[in-house]
Amino acid sequence: MENKEKKQTRRKFFFKTATAAIGAISTAGIVTQSCKKKVEEGETVSLLSPDGTLVEVDKANISMAKMPAQGKEARAGIPNKKFVMVIDLARCRNARKCVTNCQKMHDLEPGDEWIKVFLMQDSNDTAPYWFPKPCFHCNQPPCVKVCPVGATYKRTDGLVLVDNERCIGCKFCMTACPYSSRVFQWKDPVHENQADHDYSPETSVPHKVGTVGKCDFCPDMARMGKLPTCVTGCPNGVIFFGDKNEDIVTNGTESFRFSELVYERAGYHFMAELGTEPNVYYLPPVDRLFDYKTGFKTLTNEQKEFYKKSIVKKH
Amino acid sequence: MDLDQKSTRTLNYFVPQMVTISKSGILQLSILILFIMGGFYALYIQIVDGHIVTGMRDNVVWGLYIANFIFFIGISYAGALISGILHLLRVEWRHPIIRIAEIITIISTIIGPAYILLCMGRLDRLHHLVLYGRIQSPIIWDVLAISTYLIGSIIFLYLATIRDLAALRDYPFKSKWRHTLYKFFAVNFNGNSKQNRYLERGLNIMSAIIIPLAVLVHSVLAWIFGMTLRPGWHSTIFAPYFVVAAVFSGTGVLIIALWVFRKYYHLESYITKIHFNYLGIILMILGALYAYFTFSEYLTSWYGSETWEMEVLYKLFDPHEYWWWFFFAAIVGVVVPILVILIPQFRSINSITAVSVIAVFALWVKRYLIIIPTLETPLLPLQDMRPEYIHYTPTAIEWLLTFAGVAMFCFLFFLFSKFLPIVSVVKGEEGTNYAELRKTVMQRIIKRT
Repeated sequence: MENKEKKQTRRKFFFKTATAAIGAISTAGIVTQSCKKKVEEGETVSLLSPDGTLVEVDKANISMAKMPAQGKEARAGIPNKKFVMVIDLARCRNARKCVTNCQKMHDLEPGDEWIKVFLMQDSNDTAPYWFPKPCFHCNQPPCVKVCPVGATYKRTDGLVLVDNERCIGCKFCMTACPYSSRVFQWKDPVHENQADHDYSPETSVPHKVGTVGKCDFCPDMARMGKLPTCVTGCPNGVIFFGDKNEDIVTNGTESFRFSELVYERAGYHFMAELGTEPNVYYLPPVDRLFDYKTGFKTLTNEQKEFYKKSIVKKH
Repeated sequence: MDLDQKSTRTLNYFVPQMVTISKSGILQLSILILFIMGGFYALYIQIVDGHIVTGMRDNVVWGLYIANFIFFIGISYAGALISGILHLLRVEWRHPIIRIAEIITIISTIIGPAYILLCMGRLDRLHHLVLYGRIQSPIIWDVLAISTYLIGSIIFLYLATIRDLAALRDYPFKSKWRHTLYKFFAVNFNGNSKQNRYLERGLNIMSAIIIPLAVLVHSVLAWIFGMTLRPGWHSTIFAPYFVVAAVFSGTGVLIIALWVFRKYYHLESYITKIHFNYLGIILMILGALYAYFTFSEYLTSWYGSETWEMEVLYKLFDPHEYWWWFFFAAIVGVVVPILVILIPQFRSINSITAVSVIAVFALWVKRYLIIIPTLETPLLPLQDMRPEYIHYTPTAIEWLLTFAGVAMFCFLFFLFSKFLPIVSVVKGEEGTNYAELRKTVMQRIIKRT
């Protein structure tokens, strides 16, 4: 088990650790369960830590990890939450760490991106800018409206998730989504990296052929009190994630009051005229940290040409 | 059932063709079956390897299959609308063509939805539509509308066929199974006045029901596209536009089918130039109506010149992209049929059939042009390094299944013609009834005055 770990994703690692912890509790700590008393201090169990070493942990400090929700719970949403994302366009230099982190966590094929970074230019006179785009988790989601079987649904915490065990693959949601957020599983998924746990719409893995997938705002991480992987992966703190009810967003190092941030920095919705009411806000690319050309550094020549061609309007 | 002389003659003409098959017929049939087998092979590959074998990718998620779906549902209008309207209007010349029209309807309403199934990623979860169906989704509207339409068309065809089934039941066939079959379906019809009255009433009701139902089916189909926020689709005239395009192509296919059967079964005495002329004029009027909708649709989006609408328009008008296809579909496919039919000197059975072929092809291309350019124009820039994600090219698998659908259409038509005379044998009595009714009413009025 240990020598395989190099390949494993962070997520799988967590589950391995959690399983080990549960196993330890159920075997060594039966006393705990049967007596239903507070565990005495001093008793320890061996656990596998995230960095791969065995550690002795006091049993009193062990609590069950929150697994990603299944079934009804995964459709209902995390109570009293209203997830929101703020993306600061002034900080993005197309480092693409959000993309690769997301692909790693969700075991996506190289070309399939649940968060994409576009090179945008609003008019010929204005400067181009990099534009990271996850799923907007709209409050009026056109994809949810058109789904014939309710495989994609809106939750109380604002998330729009896909249940790929119910999806019939009609792709209507993909034509209905105006933001190209959805990715179809055209062939049998490669299973090498996938966590060997049950599927949950909250983790979106393992994928299933002939169904639709998309950015899920990592609610499984939220249940553990962690940030989505695109947020933690970003070296420039571009993406802020938080809870509208608590009125706080953070990129891991800085935190802001959500309402103040979007108010003071003129936060806006992308294509607000479509009436979809996204839960992703953008801060305009003013006082930028990087010239947009810095974003080409990570790209191949071919990619550079491609990006340049695609932003210039021919007409 | 007692038959008049003319009906007996017709029956005697058709029955030998129903029970035998010529050598060239066997050859043609085996070619059709070959194409159908090709389709099944392609389907097998698609099921085993997944939809990766098609040209569809994340932007163009619907391709040839959906174009074929709209096309087949479109030509199903031949029977539903044409025969329904002709029946209600008591048009005398409809009798030799109405059966063919209704058969077209049923076959294409079966083949059309098969293409939706081909487009579905998870065929094994089809039952989810029943388990978790949501009435908010236009796909559920479509499922409901098309299944109702299919059932309605079958009832309509069946009612219009009962008289012939009764005549066939009484015909001295050699094979016993035919007797049993016709006896079962003829439901003891013997042509007495009471049965005839009920049958007429049923036919009237069904033809009145089938017309709005047919309109609804294609409207719902158009709404699948119209309800999305996509350039080129999000249009209020989409439903009537689709309906008109559908009747246009349906009439075209009906004319082609008449021509084929006339040649194949030597029906020159039944299907005459009059039928081609009348249907040609209907085709011309529908063509003009369709041209008007096309013009209105593209003029509006061009004049308003919203960014994304313009993107789609530029694709359609770009000679390197879709211009020649668009030119054929929206201009050649409409202007040529209208001109040829409009000028009496050009009007002949062959020329009307030829322009129908052009119109039907043009309409198929138009369906393709409705789906693909819009899907190739997402609102966010197409910055994907994978070329197949930017431009859609149908693969051999998709073409095989397309041809298999056309072959299946011909094959089922052939099967039908072996069980039923493709021209209705026993004429209903409603024509004379109405003449008499009019006479008696007139007499009463005269008496009173």
